[in-house]
Amino acid sequence: MKTYMLPEFIIERSDERCIRCRVCERQCAQEGHWYDEELDVMFHNEETCIGCQRCVVFCPTRALSVRPHPSTYRPNANWTREKLQDLKKQAETGGVILTGSGNDKPYRIYWDHLVLNASQVTNPSIDPLREPMELRTFLGRKPDGLDLKVSEDYEDVEIRSELYPNVMIETPIVFSAMSYGAISYNAFKSLAMAAKEFGTLFNTGEGGLPKSMREEFGQNTIVQVASGRFGVDPEYLNVSAVMEIKIGQGAKPGIGGHLPGEKVSINISETRMIPEGTDALSPAPQHDIYSIEDLSMLIYALKEATNYEKPVSVKIAAVHNVAAIASGIVRAGADIVAIDGLRGGTGAAPKIIRDNVGIPIELALAAVDRRLREEGIRHKASILVAGGFRNSGDVIKAIALGADAVYIGTPALVAMGCTLCQKCYTGKCAWGICTQDPYLTRRLNPEIASRRLVNLLRGWSHEIKEMLGGMGINAIESLRGNRDHLRGVGLEEWELNVLGVKGAGE
Amino acid sequence: MVSSLKFSLRDMFLEGVRPLEKILGYIEVKGEEAVIDASELKHKEVNDLLRYTALNKVKKVEVINVVGQRYIGTRLHIPNPSPRLEIHIKGTPGNDLGAFLDGHRIIVHGNAQDGVGNTMDDGEIVVHGRAGDVVAMSMRGGRIYIRDNVGYRTAIHMKEYVGKIPVLVIGGTAQDFFGEYMAGGRVILLGLSLKEGEKHKAHYIGTGMHGGVIYLRGRVEKYQLGKEVGIVDMEEEDWKFIEEQVRRYCTYFNRDMDKIMEGNFLKLVPVSKRPYGKIYAY
Repeated sequence: MKTYMLPEFIIERSDERCIRCRVCERQCAQEGHWYDEELDVMFHNEETCIGCQRCVVFCPTRALSVRPHPSTYRPNANWTREKLQDLKKQAETGGVILTGSGNDKPYRIYWDHLVLNASQVTNPSIDPLREPMELRTFLGRKPDGLDLKVSEDYEDVEIRSELYPNVMIETPIVFSAMSYGAISYNAFKSLAMAAKEFGTLFNTGEGGLPKSMREEFGQNTIVQVASGRFGVDPEYLNVSAVMEIKIGQGAKPGIGGHLPGEKVSINISETRMIPEGTDALSPAPQHDIYSIEDLSMLIYALKEATNYEKPVSVKIAAVHNVAAIASGIVRAGADIVAIDGLRGGTGAAPKIIRDNVGIPIELALAAVDRRLREEGIRHKASILVAGGFRNSGDVIKAIALGADAVYIGTPALVAMGCTLCQKCYTGKCAWGICTQDPYLTRRLNPEIASRRLVNLLRGWSHEIKEMLGGMGINAIESLRGNRDHLRGVGLEEWELNVLGVKGAGE
Repeated sequence: MVSSLKFSLRDMFLEGVRPLEKILGYIEVKGEEAVIDASELKHKEVNDLLRYTALNKVKKVEVINVVGQRYIGTRLHIPNPSPRLEIHIKGTPGNDLGAFLDGHRIIVHGNAQDGVGNTMDDGEIVVHGRAGDVVAMSMRGGRIYIRDNVGYRTAIHMKEYVGKIPVLVIGGTAQDFFGEYMAGGRVILLGLSLKEGEKHKAHYIGTGMHGGVIYLRGRVEKYQLGKEVGIVDMEEEDWKFIEEQVRRYCTYFNRDMDKIMEGNFLKLVPVSKRPYGKIYAY
């Protein structure tokens, strides 16, 4: 069928600068560039261009530029170009439109309407370069109170209260769930290496943990147990730092996942323990969890399987009744509640779901933190939030709204090279991240990519320390849930109420 | 103390759990054998004692007076020295019997509840009775034999990888969503609890199935099968496999093998390894 769709991008090549080195041809994963020897000319095909910018970055003479295609339909606020293109695509295929990465629609980003406080005159600010500043965070259930016994000479202190398993991380930032299968082995390993080096955690997603990585990286791993139960064996659970039951994902609340058969290579089939080339289908619900009681059963099954030595996290998508659900999760025995918001990323999701289902993480977080406090069970679980954190400012605001730590997925991918072209689901990532093609995955060197990730964590952590110091706070713990350090700008009354913050100037 | 009377949180699993040294009176160890009296023990306490036996060179444990304690056998992943226990259960074990089981053998002298062999890795579970819902969910390896019927959603998302193929043999019949999302493994449903000529009860058999094989003895109508499942001819290898498994079933439960093998066997396999490959627009 002749396609009626307009090309998405235009490729412009400066013939003066082009030296016919054919780097663009080799770098493009869409076969968008080719060379004609007889004519000594480079050609390109705009129909296939996805705007990933790989050729532009690697062109040694800066001869290329790729930008949105200038041809447009008649401008129409209702029928936008994207809507028309999607209609044409569906008319031509009859399929569900897939997409990758997070929601790109202009929902209000509350981080941009919250501002932080700083000390002026009445209390001194702290300089983190010269004074100790604590970002260390403990994830897991905290005791109801501390019963201490101090020896008569005041030398020894004995904690008599029962303590629960907690995991220590050096910064309140951990890497989101991205499975080996969704991303390449090299990308997966880069995350693991960076987490280990920095003293934080990465999340396996629902793809198992390759045997070769278990000993070295196990203690920096959050292992996921999701509806497909891929790669879940007793050793997998026991080498981990944290176990996470995945109920939902912010990019696709309420639905499961399909890793297409062509991505299930020999290595992936071994890690997931399924036959090569079959679809890896994750059902929408976990079929042994139809209620909070069932959830409780799986939480304790995991604790049993690991001798009660590790915290269990339950990850849900932020949806309308998130506060009540989170309360149920804590009551079911979870040590960590992970919430993934409307802007959370994905390797593949139906676009209609990614763009329309769920609520923003800011509102969900504030509602959950408040509800757990009101019920006197906030200390029973840590709160991990995910979904659209773009910089350290977003992270510190989340902590002031009540989060214990933040999951970052997209920023980590971008640090490794991702340009948010949203074509993750095609498996042809020119940056070697979201692909299993050996020619493409070789582009990502874990030594270099993990360095980029560690740099990102270091930069953000330092910025967080600077902001904390500015507020006159020397431990992230003191900011947790401390909404007095936040003010809203340009928000409606109901939004301020849900967030639990005052308006600026109040 | 942070607590609110109105909302105070009750831990249904761990409340009142006693430390190991206080419950050693419930166990009697004689060399390589042990007996645990579970009548006054909580879920965790039963498993504390089972772990204790495994770490103390016991090979065979009898757990008597079991009254619904969950997760029996789950906490026995002990990498070095990897003991292998044989656990005999008298009474009724609770949900998630042998969940994540790591190579041990469990024999239930009675009925079992929901979640038998949930995400089981290796070993064997034999139930001299019936079992509840979600039997063998996401099972990855090992074998389960159930003498009588099973409930709903049996063998959901069973898996296999190269030589590691889980086997589930059910003497009776199953309820709806039998073999849903199945991705591997071998399931035999013998239908011995059905009357002469009566068809199996389950609907949506093998919905979303994309791997593995279901052998079904007796009658089933086409409308009871999911649309991702097809019936194919039995081959010699299939007969060999069924004979081997039925022989084991008959040995365990003392049944007449020839009579079972006289029945009509159907082989159900997925139509495609990629049932949902075509619903997306790329």
